[in-house]
Amino acid sequence: MYLIPVLIGLPVLLAVWMPFLREERVRGTVVYAGAGCIMAATVWLLVAWGTGGCQSTVFFTATKTVDHLMSLGDIFLMCLIVFMSVKYHRLAPALLSVAQTALLLYVEKTVPIAEKEHMMVDWLTVLMCVIIAFVGGFICIYTVGYMKGYHAHHKEYKDRQPFFFSMLFLFLAAMFGLVFSQSLIWMYFFWEITSVISFLMIGYTRTEEALENSFSALWMNLLGGLGFSVAIAALAVSQGSAQLSDVISSSSLLPLACLALAGLTKSAQMPFSTWLFGAMVAPTPSSALLHSATMVKAGVYLLIRIAPALQGNAVGLMVSCIGGFTFIMASMMAIAQNDGKKVLAFSTISNLGLIVACAGTGVKETVWGAIFLMIFHSVSKSMLFQAVGATENCLGSRDIEDMHGMLLRLPKLTYIMGIGIAGMYLAPFGMLISKWVALKAFVDSGNVLLVIFIAYGSATTMFYWTKWLAKLISQHHARTGVEDVTHRDEYLSMYVHSVIMLLLCLLLPLVATYVVDPIVAEMFGTSVAVLSMSVLATMAVMLASVLIVPTIMFFVSKAAKKQLVEIYMGGINRGDNRHFTDSFGEEKHLYLSNWYLRFEFGRRRLLKPSLVLSAVVLIIVFCMILGGAL
Amino acid sequence: MNRAVLVIAYLVLAPAIGGLMDGFDRIVSARMQRRRGPCLMQPFYDLRKLFSKQMLAVNNVQLLLNLSYLAFIVVAGAMLFGGMDILMCLFILSTADIFLVMAASSDSSPFANMGASREMVQMMAYEPLTLLVAVGFYLAAGSFHVADIVQAPVSAVVFMPGMLVGLMFTAAIKMRKSPFDLSTSHHAHQEMVKGITTEMSGATLAIMNIAEYYELVLIFGIFALFFVNSSWYSWPAAILLCLGIYFLEILWDNVSARLKWSQVLSSCWIVSLLTGGLNLLILMLIQ
Repeated sequence: MYLIPVLIGLPVLLAVWMPFLREERVRGTVVYAGAGCIMAATVWLLVAWGTGGCQSTVFFTATKTVDHLMSLGDIFLMCLIVFMSVKYHRLAPALLSVAQTALLLYVEKTVPIAEKEHMMVDWLTVLMCVIIAFVGGFICIYTVGYMKGYHAHHKEYKDRQPFFFSMLFLFLAAMFGLVFSQSLIWMYFFWEITSVISFLMIGYTRTEEALENSFSALWMNLLGGLGFSVAIAALAVSQGSAQLSDVISSSSLLPLACLALAGLTKSAQMPFSTWLFGAMVAPTPSSALLHSATMVKAGVYLLIRIAPALQGNAVGLMVSCIGGFTFIMASMMAIAQNDGKKVLAFSTISNLGLIVACAGTGVKETVWGAIFLMIFHSVSKSMLFQAVGATENCLGSRDIEDMHGMLLRLPKLTYIMGIGIAGMYLAPFGMLISKWVALKAFVDSGNVLLVIFIAYGSATTMFYWTKWLAKLISQHHARTGVEDVTHRDEYLSMYVHSVIMLLLCLLLPLVATYVVDPIVAEMFGTSVAVLSMSVLATMAVMLASVLIVPTIMFFVSKAAKKQLVEIYMGGINRGDNRHFTDSFGEEKHLYLSNWYLRFEFGRRRLLKPSLVLSAVVLIIVFCMILGGAL
Repeated sequence: MNRAVLVIAYLVLAPAIGGLMDGFDRIVSARMQRRRGPCLMQPFYDLRKLFSKQMLAVNNVQLLLNLSYLAFIVVAGAMLFGGMDILMCLFILSTADIFLVMAASSDSSPFANMGASREMVQMMAYEPLTLLVAVGFYLAAGSFHVADIVQAPVSAVVFMPGMLVGLMFTAAIKMRKSPFDLSTSHHAHQEMVKGITTEMSGATLAIMNIAEYYELVLIFGIFALFFVNSSWYSWPAAILLCLGIYFLEILWDNVSARLKWSQVLSSCWIVSLLTGGLNLLILMLIQ
């Protein structure tokens, strides 16, 4: 299949080209064209594969030269990491990197590994490709406008846009490579690239904080990488193979646990969550692309791939419990955040937790739910990140408190944000359906703990989204207006995202039947009818209510003759709903704040215990596996 | 056919039943406080008066959001009485509540905003148990569908007594009963004026009241679900038991003082875990 090298090679070419494009306009055009080509190539792949009968096909059996190039690439990445670690006096990343690369090269050299197919195209791969190409492509387009605004707004940072675009495209290439790979050695190579790119992008502004957070992201991801290379070594020694499919078919737990560790670090599960909210110092496009829509999905993708092997063993139990625990703890901590991006970060961690819990349970229904969640989460979270980034460029702040009454100030951005938020938790949007499916599947699999996690976690999830939404739609006339400085590129991307989001909701049964069902059927051999007819009827009722009810109500309330009056403020309203005269006759300014329950749900209180608890679980399971107790 | 009748009955009769229950509540509460209290029909007179009032509003969206609140509650109730999925019904119920929160916070008014924030905390407090109850029904009757649950040979309460106790505890939030009436209350409300309904007047307030009546009937529908089974006499028994539960809630309302939000949250969560969570564990073990 010639399209695979195209999909990987095209972004690489663009990445190499970017530094030579100094002219902003030209670069913008090239980004548009490049993103368009990537999307076109993906559609082509989709069509070619679809007309070929949607069979899962394998490629590239004999690849001596590419293998050697990849080994060189691994060594280059290692050198880069060591260089950066030495430059900034960090020890852990260098050690981890050297250890894993050395281990991998040693295994490749000494253990005979059967030459098998290295890449594969199947349903899940194609789905991931579509997500990467479209969500990623539009984020690249968004970046064109965003970075102009960003550097107009932040004069203190050096303008390194060409580098930024290079990294974006290189990242897309690595993601494509990762989802196509069937050989773990190849996958590991792409895996490492995404870790390093994430590290470089978090450090984009080169401030002290950015540096600190980028290294914390690096060492955690490298720990996952070490797990990955141990998994490869264990598999090579025991099975003489480095195929992903052999991990699933073999019964040994060590490679499985190590891969699960890699998946957990990449998807920022407890106790590795801290790197993701540290990563929010990076410019928004990289948060949208790497830290919510695609890179963290690589971890989830790996876990979904190995999900059939996770059912009913200790590793699966560990993964699902850590996922469920992360779901509830991250959603609780999200309550205490007032920085929009931080809320998004915690919500990402929390939702990924739910997906991980689904994957870890490893039965058909939960994997179904996991894939479903992944689709919806990618689109709506990417959209939310973009909206928050654009808002920040307009308001000069991404504090949710400053978004009070944004509906009247930045209506277009507010609608986009509103759709994104609604998609994250309201009935009948996709996330909720997935939650419904997950809940049912957890009950069926008999995991009480997960049911309780999900019950409490949805309550806390609802709290932090609702208060954000309520802040947005407040009818508050601010003293000063703001100018919407959002560029056309940004709106293009955000509009497309919202249209996709709405379409996904409207066409939900089709998505279920034609996308998710085949993936599950392919992984488990048989399909499962998760959405029964009655559920679909329910959906129709809900959808109708969501579309029709507000529309009718809009006209009803429009028709009602009403007289507008001032609000009650406890003192004398000065007539603008913003100032009042208090009992001392003084004029006071009204300031309304959300509840953050910092003392109860703050990071300071919850983070450390949950990190310790999940780390203990992880360590115990690993000790049991290494000690041979399992 | 039967279901359609039930749904239509719910749509038409729920406000009347809810209003009567409210009137009953007022009389019983008054007697508990050694007052005479209003007549049974008072809630309906109140509604008539609210609708006859001049339409005053603080903004253009509040009425829209209140109407959506009403509509979503009606949809949720219709789903319950139509024998559909109880979990979906509960999800829609919480979506409805979100519209109420937005209606209250849309006006940028300090007291309404406080009320809205407290309403959110209340939602967070009762939500876990409602989901656990739905799961409990699933385990007890083997289906999330209300139509299947009511056909069970044995009443669900036999399998989930803990959940019933937990629901009785948290349902006080839904009924806006003391000690959980933080966001607004049926009684004079000192520190928060009228909380979430501060800025609602006339028809807008009437709509909110009607929505609450629909919700009340919906909640007692869920309570009734604990008792009904395939035999016909379980239905009148369920109605009697629901009235008994309602009396207990009124009694509790009158003997307890309002709690602080953190006490509400922690007590509801702990009670949910002890009743609902334990009950769930046992149900899963005996499956």
